[in-house]
Order: sequence, then structure tokens, then C-alpha cells
Amino acid sequence: MFEFRDVLYKDILDLPDLEIQAGIVTTLVGPSGSGKSTILRLLNKMTSPTSGKIFFEGKDLAEIPSVEHRRSVAMLTQSPAMFSGTVGDNLLAGFRFQQRPLPEETELQETLYNVHLNKSLASSAMELSGGEKQRLALGRVLLMDATVFLFDEPSSALDEDTERFVIERLTGQAKEKGKTIVLVTHSKAVAETYSDEIVEIAGGKVKGRK
Amino acid sequence: MKGIIDLTIPQILLAYVFVFVVLFIVRARGIKREREILLSSVRMTLQLILTGYVLIYIFENPHPLITIAIILLMEGFAIGTVFQKFKGKLSRKLKRVIALSMSAGTLCCLFYFLLAVVQISPWYDPQYFVPIAGMIVGNSMTGVSLGIKSLTEGMTMQKNLVEEALVLGATPKTATRDIINNTFDGAIMPTINSMLGMGIVFLPGMMTGQILSGIAPTTAIAYQIAIMLGILGSVSLSVILMLVLGYRTFFNEQDQMVDS
Ligand SMILES: Nc1ncnc2c1ncn2[C@@H]1O[C@H](COP(=O)(O)OP(=O)(O)OP(=O)(O)O)[C@@H](O)[C@H]1O
Ligand SMILES: [Mg+2]
Repeated sequence: MFEFRDVLYKDILDLPDLEIQAGIVTTLVGPSGSGKSTILRLLNKMTSPTSGKIFFEGKDLAEIPSVEHRRSVAMLTQSPAMFSGTVGDNLLAGFRFQQRPLPEETELQETLYNVHLNKSLASSAMELSGGEKQRLALGRVLLMDATVFLFDEPSSALDEDTERFVIERLTGQAKEKGKTIVLVTHSKAVAETYSDEIVEIAGGKVKGRK
Repeated sequence: MKGIIDLTIPQILLAYVFVFVVLFIVRARGIKREREILLSSVRMTLQLILTGYVLIYIFENPHPLITIAIILLMEGFAIGTVFQKFKGKLSRKLKRVIALSMSAGTLCCLFYFLLAVVQISPWYDPQYFVPIAGMIVGNSMTGVSLGIKSLTEGMTMQKNLVEEALVLGATPKTATRDIINNTFDGAIMPTINSMLGMGIVFLPGMMTGQILSGIAPTTAIAYQIAIMLGILGSVSLSVILMLVLGYRTFFNEQDQMVDS
């Protein structure tokens, strides 16, 4: 699905060859500051490599229109920003930005359930707790019509039970629908339980794969 | 109608009493502004005397090239003032956008105003061209300044929201929609507010000047109404041009936000 060839990004990343396969859950682990988030940003073209190339389904990313690419490779950022308005407004943000027809309310309710967020669609997004905001942001991303999902520490602000529930749904659903997932996590348990492939990053380089 | 009372030099000197009052106040309170107050008074006096003589010369020798030179000078000065105000904060591309939108916005409105509304002839008649150009360019400069300030602040302070929108598949245009609309709103508000208060809270300068010089208030009012609308048009056009062209300078050709 993704192939890195001699990729350098500033003095942060040095990835001569890294491959991420389609249809599986790949997890990036590694110490803070090792470059995991930067890799995700490269994958959905929020930034581009200083040198080298990244291929997506065999095509050079530099040649794929960025906005279109971001619509098919959806990303949950590490500290997602909330838009003013309600929980519902935030769930619909992606649809509005992409000018897609809005979904039924039942689909939104279902998403709230899937991310374990017990709030009404009309409640204010700004008044949610940190973990609730994170789950809302996750729901917002899950609603996107993408083939690849990038999750940057989706469960860092969640307790263990909620974490298990959310990650299970997330990976389970994606697998059913044949989606590709790239996950960044600091949790050893999450990495070992849910991933098909674990990539260890340290100092901007690949240190190992399992 | 009686004519205007010509101010003699001793009379003008009497007006400097106000400067001494201000100097007295700041000195008594220990506010260190004497230098600026003196300097600004002297500069204003010299600049206006000079302008007076220049205008006399221009009015007596109307020439299209002189008029063109004056409008170019005004535009250059206005654009330079904006650049100076945001020194070091504007990218080269944004500067180009500012220059282009200010010139295009003001010139379109200016020529429409002079040729279609006032219908001056010849088109370069400096008696109309110069003061009206001054008002239109000056007000548009203030509007664009406000616009640049709020655009750059918006793009820095709401950078995370813009990024989030991009991540969620927005085009740069959609991602910056709110910032641009708020900026436009903020930039034309002063003009709209001054229109609201006009004639009640204050009498605008141009109208006051015309009335003092013995022109019938109705004529003065007609001019004031027209010029206010012209200013509103020119401010809006310059600012919206600056915004629709300017937002792009915060993104690269890969639709990624550029680090400032
Ligand atoms: N825009 C940027 N410009 C320059 N350096 C950056 C930029 N973004 C991140 N960095 C640096 O790149 C390095 C990797 O950052 P990154 O966010 O990818 O780490 P991470 O592995 O996700 O860390 P964490 O686990 O703490 O989230 C860090 O040293 C960071 O300071
Ligand atoms: Mg990170």
C-alpha cells in the first residue's frame, strides 16, 4: 500500500525502505520524539519528504493531488482540534469539508456508540473532557469514506476498558471492510494484541519489525 | 453665501497654543512624548505647506502625466506604509498580493467614481482627481492593513483548526473560509460604523471643508454621500481581493501549510 524509498525528512526521519501492507493493522511503536507522528503526516501528505519518494498503491505521492489523497487516507491526529459547535457538528465536519451529502442521524448515533461516547449530538463539543474529545475526534475520522486509516495514539487519554472497547471496534470494523490501518501507540498491550505487524521506530529510523 | 475667512499667519500661530497645552500636560505628568509631539507638529506643518504649493502648481498646469505620477506615488506610498507596518511578518508572495489588490481595488473604484459618478472632464483634472484619490487610497490602505493583521493572526492562532480541516479532507479554501469571512467583516466594519455616525456624531472632513469654503451644504452633502459609497466599495474590493489571493500564500502547491 505504502512504500518509502530513500526518504529523508529534515534531520528527523531517515527511512531508506519501509513498506506498509494493505488490509492489515500495522503499528508503529517507539520512544517519544522518534518520529512516529511525522511518518503518519507523510503518509497522508500533510507534509512531504525533504528527499526521496513515497509510493501509494504504486503511484508517487508527489503526483497524487493532496486533498484527494487525504480523503482516502484519513488520519486521527495526536491532539485533534475541536471545532466550535455541538458534538454533531464535529461529527459532520469531514462531510462539510469534503462537501459530501450528510449521513442519517442513526449513523451518527452508531458512531458515538462505537467510540464509547455517551453524549447527545446536541451537546457542546467544547465542554467535553479530554478523553471524550479524543473519542469524538476518532468518531469524526471513522465516518470518513477512506480506504486507509491512520490513528495517532487513539487511546492515549482513555482508561483501559474504554481503550480495549474502542480499539477492538476500530480494528474489527476495519478488517471486516478490508481497510488498511496504521496505528501509533505507546501501549505494549494494544500493540501486541491488535496488530498484524509491529514496526519499531527509534531516532527516525526503523529499528525492527515483528 | 459669504466667502471663507482667509487665515493669516498670526492666526495660525494662535492655533499652536494647542500644542503648548499638550506639551504642558505631558511634561507635568512626566510622560516622555515631548519629542514626538513637537516633531509631528513640525512635520505636519512642513508637509502641508509643501503639499499646498505642489497642489497650486498642479492645478495651474494640469497634465495627464502629472496626474498619473501622483496616483502612482500615492499607491506606492500606501503600499509601502502597509509593508512597513508589518515589517518582517509578510512573505514575499503576500507582499505581491497586497500590492496587486490595493492597486487594482482602488484604481477600479477611483476611475469608476471620477468618470461615471462625478463625470469629470478631462479625466485627469487634478482638482478632482487628487483629493478623491487621496481619500479612496487612504481608506483602502487602512482597510487592507486591518485585513492583513487579522488574516495573519487568524492563520497563526487558528493554525491547528486549519490543519485539522485539511486532515479531514478540506481544500485550503474551505479550511480558511471562516478566517477569511471574519477578516473581511472586521476590515469593513470601521467604514460601516463611520457611515452610521455620519452627520449625527460627526461631520466628515471633506464635507466640513467644502462648507467652510462657502459651498452650499446640499452640494457638500451630495459629494459626501457619493464619496462614502466610493470608499466603501474600494475598501471592500481591495480587502476581498487581498483575501481571496492572499490565503493561498499560507499554503504550498501541495496544499500543505507553510511554516512561517
Ligand atoms: N514541524 C516540525 N518542524 C521541525 N521539527 C519537528 C516538526 N514536527 C516535529 N518535529 C520534531 O520531530 C521529532 C519527531 O516528532 P514526532 O512528533 O514525529 O515524534 P513522535 O514519535 O510522534 O513522538 P510522541 O510519541 O511524543 O508523539 C521531534 O524531535 C520533534 O521535535
Ligand atoms: Mg506523536
